[in-house]
Amino acid sequence: MSVHSLNVKTGAEAALAQQFAALSPSEPRRAAFAAFERLGLPTRRDEAWHYTDLRARLTEVAALAPAPDAARLEAARAALDVLPRLGGMRLVLVDGRWAPVLCDAPPSGLTVVPTPDAPEPDEAVVALNIAFAEGALRIGLPPGESSVEIVHLDGPGAIFSRLEVFVPARARATVVERFEGATGETQRNAVTILGLGESARCDWTTLIADDAALHLETRRARLAGEAALNDFALISGGALVRRQLDVGHQAASAKIALSGLSLLDGTRHADTTLTLRHAAPLGQSREYFRHIVADAASGVYQGKVIVSPGAQKTDGAMKSQALLLSPTAQMNNKPELEIFADDVVCGHGATVGALDPQQIFYLLSRGIPQREAEAMLLEAFGAEAIERVADETVADALRERLRAWLKGRAA
Amino acid sequence: MAAVQETVDRVRAIDVDAYKYGFVTDIESERAPKGLSEDTVRYISAKKGEPEWLLDWRLEALRRWVTMTEPTWARVEYPKIDYQDLYYYSAPKQGGGPKSLDEVDPELLKTYAKLGIPLVEQEILAGVERPRVAVDAVFDSVSVATTFKAELAKAGVIFCSFSEAVREHPELVRKYLGSVVPPTDNFYATLNSAVFSDGSFVYVPPGVRCPMELSTYFRINEKNTGQFERTLIIADKGAYVSYLEGCTAPKRDENQLHAAVVELIALDDAEIKYSTVQNWYPGDAQGKGGVYNFVTKRGDCRGARAKISWTQVETGSAITWKYPSCILRGESSRGEFYSIAISNGYQQVDSGTKMIHLGRNTSSRIISKGIAAGRSQNTYRGQVSAHAKATGARNFTNCDSLLIGDQCGAHTVPYIEAKNAETVFEHEATTSKISEDQLFYCLQRGLSGEEATALIVNGFVRDVLQQLPMEFAVEAQKLIAISLEGSVG
Repeated sequence: MSVHSLNVKTGAEAALAQQFAALSPSEPRRAAFAAFERLGLPTRRDEAWHYTDLRARLTEVAALAPAPDAARLEAARAALDVLPRLGGMRLVLVDGRWAPVLCDAPPSGLTVVPTPDAPEPDEAVVALNIAFAEGALRIGLPPGESSVEIVHLDGPGAIFSRLEVFVPARARATVVERFEGATGETQRNAVTILGLGESARCDWTTLIADDAALHLETRRARLAGEAALNDFALISGGALVRRQLDVGHQAASAKIALSGLSLLDGTRHADTTLTLRHAAPLGQSREYFRHIVADAASGVYQGKVIVSPGAQKTDGAMKSQALLLSPTAQMNNKPELEIFADDVVCGHGATVGALDPQQIFYLLSRGIPQREAEAMLLEAFGAEAIERVADETVADALRERLRAWLKGRAA
Repeated sequence: MAAVQETVDRVRAIDVDAYKYGFVTDIESERAPKGLSEDTVRYISAKKGEPEWLLDWRLEALRRWVTMTEPTWARVEYPKIDYQDLYYYSAPKQGGGPKSLDEVDPELLKTYAKLGIPLVEQEILAGVERPRVAVDAVFDSVSVATTFKAELAKAGVIFCSFSEAVREHPELVRKYLGSVVPPTDNFYATLNSAVFSDGSFVYVPPGVRCPMELSTYFRINEKNTGQFERTLIIADKGAYVSYLEGCTAPKRDENQLHAAVVELIALDDAEIKYSTVQNWYPGDAQGKGGVYNFVTKRGDCRGARAKISWTQVETGSAITWKYPSCILRGESSRGEFYSIAISNGYQQVDSGTKMIHLGRNTSSRIISKGIAAGRSQNTYRGQVSAHAKATGARNFTNCDSLLIGDQCGAHTVPYIEAKNAETVFEHEATTSKISEDQLFYCLQRGLSGEEATALIVNGFVRDVLQQLPMEFAVEAQKLIAISLEGSVG
């Protein structure tokens, strides 16, 4: 990340400095904020933020959300009661803080401990997260099979959360992570560090269904040999969404599948930026992203596959497909390959276009009205992405969400 | 056994070290004083007897340039260039300009003959009419000869050196110079605007199909000299021209700088086909020496249904930084980019294109084939963007990379930006090595490893080779074999 030449702080940067000065943070958090001040908010000039100029877009910084009091927790409990479950054990964070009173009793082998440890920040958003989050929550999943639902229930204000999740060797975990409750006054910054032990498998599905003004999500995942990660995200809410995933493997034969579906309308903006690091031989990666962009919304997809020297027999395939539904919708794609090993097969494809008039015509000629025909095609387009989700209950919920979004658009 | 021996000879002959055009011509030349200042610019301008407006234009560019910083975003690494340690003008000494080919220094004619570019207007050879090509030969900073000028003039086509165009057709030069690549465009283009020395100028009048291929052959000969040529091609309404550019340089231990600017303008219904076979000296096997090729090439489809097509075969240069682009302004205009970029040894290539869709129903096509061998780095960097008003824009991009050996790198960095729904963009890219299955198939049919590789590579780049004018396709095919063999394990 390059340091931009403008030394003048923006209003938002100054406000963040003021907020931080009012805290009494630990040494690692101080170091993190110093790192942030050095880096500044990312701009177009930072290659990884080319299409999402956070420095220009973040004009106002929300006040830090206070630790939830009894009343807030009670309100959260009421909200959770009506939220249908999508996974096994439910873990809840309210306004970025772990809320043990709202969580299920952890089954044996599963550990949840708050931890102050912070990794060295090398990126502005992560640096801010470390500086402002009050420690991380470390979740050690049990050996064997497990199913966890992590709910972020967020109110207004600036919310910072950090999770460290570890799936032990040969375990099989299903995780559903849901972002709920946010409104136009919510600015969220969530970081997840995920580790997979040897031959472990993890199916992780993220749902961004609420409407935060700002949703920044960073995920770093490291896989041991023969581990497999299947990650899916549905973005159906949020005014400014940025998901940045950095996934890699150091030992041979890891399998990485990242996929997602973005549903964008109004003037919303969603940016999915991936970095895949194949640092060992025989790795496999599959990226499959679909975007439906309506109105004056804009979508961004950036994917970089890095194959290090020695990561022979890497098999990588990446695809990003977007449907633009209005003359003012925008889509920016940047699929990158960076390859330093010769015995590899890597490819990427990116398409941008409107709905196929021939397909519409076919449906019209069968007596289906225009709007319905469009919705039908869009549903099929989105459903193909959702097919990557292994868990049927979760997949059904995602399809339901897709239909609701299409219906809301038609209305 | 003869075939085996032939293979061995060929492999030996084609190492990076065995750059065939590496000789130096011993010719007296005069140079501008070393370094870059307003005086250098005035010296160049005076040497060329330029009008006041052009000198002002150059000085303006120089003033701008000193405030600019060198771009660093490309994936290339090289020691910092000392721009004050270069000669910005070097010309073979000769009294006045040659009036005809007979007056050109025989030493120069010999040089070009050695390069395989005979500067003679051979008409009919042994009863067979050969395809004729008009050549403008640029030696260091000046154009030394242009062939077939009279015949082209009959068709109304103007083909001459840039300096001559400034003298003879100032109104055309003034109208179009800098209108596609403004002097403020980028670091190297601005530098070029200040110190450009010569280059080719082509104007094809309305409705004229240029009767022969036009070609410019660039040669850097002098030591420590930068070559900064400027090419301007204008195809007026309904005109057609096909243009080819070739380049070589002697082997030297120091790096040489080449920063050219090419501007193409196609008006309504016009078509320009621009082909490059770039074979500057790539440096030796240890990566010492070689040409830094920092080039700005851009075409402007200014009129409706205009078409600009770039074809490039890039095999030379230590460093290539080059993005031939199309601005698709005219309604239903079309841009094409076909590229083969081959890197071997320690070469670094960062090349690609930009297709900027501004007008309605514009279309573009990008076919890029990168081949990396040895310890080279080969990057495709391309941008396809559709403006909000460019409804019906269409693009197809295909970029494939082939890796030969495990010390090289191949990279793809496409930017695909759609700003309206009536856009259809398709992009695909693959990276792989030569398939074992294909190799095995060829081997069991009795081909040697070298032959099999050459066959597969030629198949890999075929889409692009087909776009080259026939005479050059053969040359390019040989060049590909030359750059690659020896790297095949």
